[in-house]
Amino acid sequence: MLTKNAAGVKARKRLCMTVNGRAVEIEIDIRESLLDVLRDRLQFTGVKQGCSVGECGACTVLIDGTPMNSCIYLAAWAHGKTITTIEGLAQDGLLTPVQEAFVDEGAIQCGFCTPGVVLSTTAMVDSGKSFTHDEVRRELSGHLCRCTGYQKIVDAAERALREAATAADESPV
Amino acid sequence: MFDICELCEPETLAEAKAIYAANPELKVIAGGTDVLIRMQHGSLAGAGLLSLRCIPHLDEIQLLADGTLSIGAMAPFTRIFEHELIRKLVPVLGEASVSMGGPQVRNVATIGGNLCNGAVSADSASTLFALDALLKLETAEGERIIPMRDFYAGPGKVNLLPGELLVAILIPREGYEGMGGHYIKFAPRKAMDIATLGVAVVCKIRENRFVELRIGLGVAAPVPVRCFEAEDYAKGREVTWECVQEIARLALKPAKARSSWRASKDYREHLIEVLAQRAVAEAVKRGGGCCAN
Repeated sequence: MLTKNAAGVKARKRLCMTVNGRAVEIEIDIRESLLDVLRDRLQFTGVKQGCSVGECGACTVLIDGTPMNSCIYLAAWAHGKTITTIEGLAQDGLLTPVQEAFVDEGAIQCGFCTPGVVLSTTAMVDSGKSFTHDEVRRELSGHLCRCTGYQKIVDAAERALREAATAADESPV
Repeated sequence: MFDICELCEPETLAEAKAIYAANPELKVIAGGTDVLIRMQHGSLAGAGLLSLRCIPHLDEIQLLADGTLSIGAMAPFTRIFEHELIRKLVPVLGEASVSMGGPQVRNVATIGGNLCNGAVSADSASTLFALDALLKLETAEGERIIPMRDFYAGPGKVNLLPGELLVAILIPREGYEGMGGHYIKFAPRKAMDIATLGVAVVCKIRENRFVELRIGLGVAAPVPVRCFEAEDYAKGREVTWECVQEIARLALKPAKARSSWRASKDYREHLIEVLAQRAVAEAVKRGGGCCAN
């Protein structure tokens, strides 16, 4: 529990977590962020490094289903947690309805902010709650897109939420 | 990578207090949205961290038997904003909580961290000032409960003893009961921005008279302040637009606004008066009063 880092010796910690449905056991350096581990050790490069200070949302991943900035989250804190990155959404080459909504609305330009925005939208859809237009904008406000604007991104999120609500209505209880 | 020399992750509060008592030089870390950003910017180099994230129950929000609302220091802002007790009893604190940072930050940033960071712009601070909140502080030796107002010592400085941890924020029943409230955060952007000014108002109205009014200001002075002159003036007075205007003028009294790149002194003073007016008017409305002009 007390992980001493004596005189330049890297303090290490055994980390067990689930990433995209797969159990991962890895020895980490306590100085690493979750972003470092996901990108550099596990090669989930869909997690983007943007500002590194929690401003831009490019590094957003779902931790136990909740969107968080992995750049300001210690890797050690992920012990026992379930992490979802953008690589964890599509199954066997089939996009999720949220991803489809982004494609259909043309809500992607350079793609750097896209993994984060798609994951925040996925969290909204998975919550099963309904969101007003202002609430959708608020829930996406932790993401910066520098290509164009947010209209198509908001359109895509609202489309995904609408379609999920319709699907829920039609499914037999 | 962060420049960290050690990471302590106690699993009980008692253990955390013992470690902190023996190693008061450790930097306490809660959600990490201040500490890790400061490290990313090169401060706190080589620090040892005492993480409170593995301690259970430190994030609970509950109503105590005497009607005191207790908010665990490790409660993240999203939880506070969404919590039923907050919505029902202190919606103004929910309002302040959802104005802080952006969603990903609110999902991990804690109210305790926000306060202990000592920033005058902390969105929760001015609101807790207005709510007459108390802070429960604990060391390995014992605990003390102090008013919020005694906590802030200066910009970025709070009155925590060596080895002392903020455990919970307590809002006694008389702090919130029957109160209408409103928080206005003034910032250039709606998300991920620091308040240029924060105004929190709670008031109790009976027969359209002020029974009680409390105003907390953030970023109006080196520490959050209460507007006692304005509050005393309001007591017992009929709610009229003129009265609200006078309250807003008096709200300037405790202000020690200064010029920074965010805003000039004159502009801040203008904001204090105008936003105090708006916040009082809205709080009055929510408290069942009317000050139509």
